[in-house]
Amino acid sequence: MSKFLEVKNLSVSFPTEDGVVLAANDISYSVDLGETLAIVGESGSGKSVTNLAVMGLHNPQRTQITGQAFINLESGPVDVISAPTEVVRRMRGKTMSMIFQDPMSALHPYYSVGDQIAEAWGLYNSGSKRDGFARAKEMLDLVGIPDVDKRVNEFPHQFSGGMRQRVMIAMALVNNPSLLIADEPTTALDVTVQSQILQLLGGLQKEFNMAIILITHDLGVVAEVADRVCVMYGGRIVENASIDETFYNPLQPYTVGLLNSIPRVDKLGSHRLSAIPGQPPSLINLPRGCAFEPRCQFASSVAGNLCKTTNPNLDEKSTDHFARCHLSTTQLHQLLAKNESGAK
Amino acid sequence: MKGCDRLLKYISRRLLYTLVLMLIVSIAIYFIFDWLPIDPARLNCTKQCTPDIIEANRHRLGLDVSVMEQWWRFIQGLFHGRVYTQGAECPAPSFGYSFNRHECVTGILAEAFPITLSLALGAFIMWLSLGISLGVIAAKNKGKFLDKASSVFVLVGTSLPTFISGILIVLFVVLKFNIVNPLELGDWHNPFIDPVGWLKTFFFPCATLALAYAATYTRFTRSNVIETSSEDFIRTARAKGLSEKVILRKHTLRAALAPIVTIAGLDFAGLLGGAIITEGIFGLSGLGRLSVKAVTETYDLPIILSTTLLASAFVVVMNLIVDIAYAFIDPRVRQS
Repeated sequence: MSKFLEVKNLSVSFPTEDGVVLAANDISYSVDLGETLAIVGESGSGKSVTNLAVMGLHNPQRTQITGQAFINLESGPVDVISAPTEVVRRMRGKTMSMIFQDPMSALHPYYSVGDQIAEAWGLYNSGSKRDGFARAKEMLDLVGIPDVDKRVNEFPHQFSGGMRQRVMIAMALVNNPSLLIADEPTTALDVTVQSQILQLLGGLQKEFNMAIILITHDLGVVAEVADRVCVMYGGRIVENASIDETFYNPLQPYTVGLLNSIPRVDKLGSHRLSAIPGQPPSLINLPRGCAFEPRCQFASSVAGNLCKTTNPNLDEKSTDHFARCHLSTTQLHQLLAKNESGAK
Repeated sequence: MKGCDRLLKYISRRLLYTLVLMLIVSIAIYFIFDWLPIDPARLNCTKQCTPDIIEANRHRLGLDVSVMEQWWRFIQGLFHGRVYTQGAECPAPSFGYSFNRHECVTGILAEAFPITLSLALGAFIMWLSLGISLGVIAAKNKGKFLDKASSVFVLVGTSLPTFISGILIVLFVVLKFNIVNPLELGDWHNPFIDPVGWLKTFFFPCATLALAYAATYTRFTRSNVIETSSEDFIRTARAKGLSEKVILRKHTLRAALAPIVTIAGLDFAGLLGGAIITEGIFGLSGLGRLSVKAVTETYDLPIILSTTLLASAFVVVMNLIVDIAYAFIDPRVRQS
C-alpha cells in the first residue's frame, strides 16, 4: 500500500563556482495522511532543501534534482519532480502547502493578512473578494486569532510572532491541503508560543486528516508531535524510525549524540550534557567514507578503517528501523553500555 | 475614520512647516543678495553716474530701505499686489517688478513655467516608463543578453552628460532629418490647442533629459527587483501557487518600486525648478534659462528671488506629497 507522499532517491545539488554542492543525497521517505514525519538535522544537513524540491520551489536554473517524489492523489500518483512546472504550481497551496521559519519576513509587508489569505483562497475558488475575506476570517478564527473582524484588515507588522505564524498557518491551510510542510515553524518563537503552535498544528491535523512534514533541529519539538523521525546528516538520511525507536533505541551514533545533547528530566543529575565535537562536513567534497566519521566517537571501534573508506548503507537494523552505520546493533549497545559505566 | 483624521492632521501640520520653511528661505535669499558686493542701483546707472542718480535708482528699485523692510514689502505684494514709483502696478500675487524687462515678475513666471513643466513632466513620464521596464527586463533576465544590453544602456546614459547628448540629438536627429525647423526650435505651443507642435518642441528635449535619468532608474529598478525576488515573502507567494506573472506584478514590484517613489518625486521637483542645460540647448525659455539670465546678465533681483523661491517650494511641497504617497503605499509608515 502506498502512502500519500513517497520520496524516492531524491538528490538535490547546486552547481557553484567552488564545485557542486550536494545538498541532499539519495533521500527516501514517506508520510501518510494523518501522520507527522519529523525531519531532524542541523543547519545545512539538507532537510529544507529536500522539501523545497518536493514543493518545486527551487530555481530550476540553479538546481539539479534527480529522483522522484510521488504524491498519491485519488486520480493517481503524480511525480512532482518530473511533472511540468505548471502542474506542480497548481498543486501548491491546494494539494501541498508550506509554512516557513520566520513569519515576519514570510508575509508580504504591504498587504493586509486578510488580503493575503483571500489571495491564496481565490487561486482555487471562484468567488468575490468579499467571499475571500469571509473565508480568511473563518481561517483566522480557526487558528485562534481573537477579534478577527478587526484583525483581518491589519498588516503583518501589527501581529506578534506567534500570531504571525498562526496567520501563516491559516494561509497555508485555506485550501484544505493534504500535505503541510512546516519548515522550522517554531524556531523563531518563544518556548510557550512554540507549544501553542504545535498543539494548534496537531489539532488541525486531526480535523483535516493532513500529512505533516515537520522540519526542525529541536528534538523537544519532535518528541511532542512526530509519529516518525528521519535524522539527516551531511545531506543524507542517517536514521529513519518510529518516534519511540528513535528516542529509546537510537542505532546511529549521530542520533545518539543529538539525544545526549538535550537535557532530560529522567536522567537529571546523573550525567552532563554532552556536545558533539567538530563541525558538520562541507557539502562540496563529502568524504568517501561515512560523513559523520570525523566526529564519531565509535569510528575507531570499527575494524579495518571501514568508516573512513566506505559509506555505510541505510540498512534495516530491526523491523522498520533504518540506520546508516557500520556498527551492528549489538556492537553499538555494548559501546554505549561501556560509556555509561565509564561516566559513573 | 480615525486614521483619516490623523492623516489630515498630519498633512496640515506639514503644510504649516512648509510655510514657515518658505518664509525662512525667502528671508535668507534677501540677506544673501544684500551681502553680495554688487549694487543694482549702480548697474542701472549710465556713464554720467552721480551719487544723486544712484540714490534715485536705489529709491526706484526699492533698495533704500532695510533688508527686512524689502522682504516685508515682497510678502505684502504676494497678497495685495504692489504699485511702483514709476506707475507700474502688479496685482496680487505679485512676485515683484522687473525693471529690466519692465514687466511684472508674475507674468514672466507664468510664461516660463508651462515650458519648464512640459519639459519636466514629459521627461518624467519617459524616464519612469523606460527606466522601470528596462530594469524589470534586466532583472528577469539576470546574467543573460538582455541584462547585459541594458547595462550598456545604463553605462551610456549615466556617463553621457546632457550637454553632449542634447547637442548630439540636435545635430544628428533634429537638424539632419529636418524634423524641426531650426528657427522654430524651442517655440511654445499650447499642448491643448496644438499637440503636434508641442510634441515637436518638447519630444527631443524631454528625451535628452529622460536618457540621463532613465539609466539611473534602470539600475535602481534592476537591483531592487533582484533583491526583492529573494525575499521570503516572494517564496511564500510561490508556495501559495501564484503564477510567476502575478508574483512579479503584485508582490515583487509593489515592494521593489516603493523606494522609487521617493527619488522620483525629488528628481521631478528638482526639474520643476528649471533644467538649465537642456533648456539652453533646445532654446526653451523656461525657468532655468530665466534664472541663469537674471543671475549672469541682467542681475534682476526680483526674478532671481522668485525663481529660487519657486524651486525651493517645489522641492518642499514634493517632499510632502512623497511622504503622503508613502503612507498609502507602506502600511508600516501609516501607523507611525
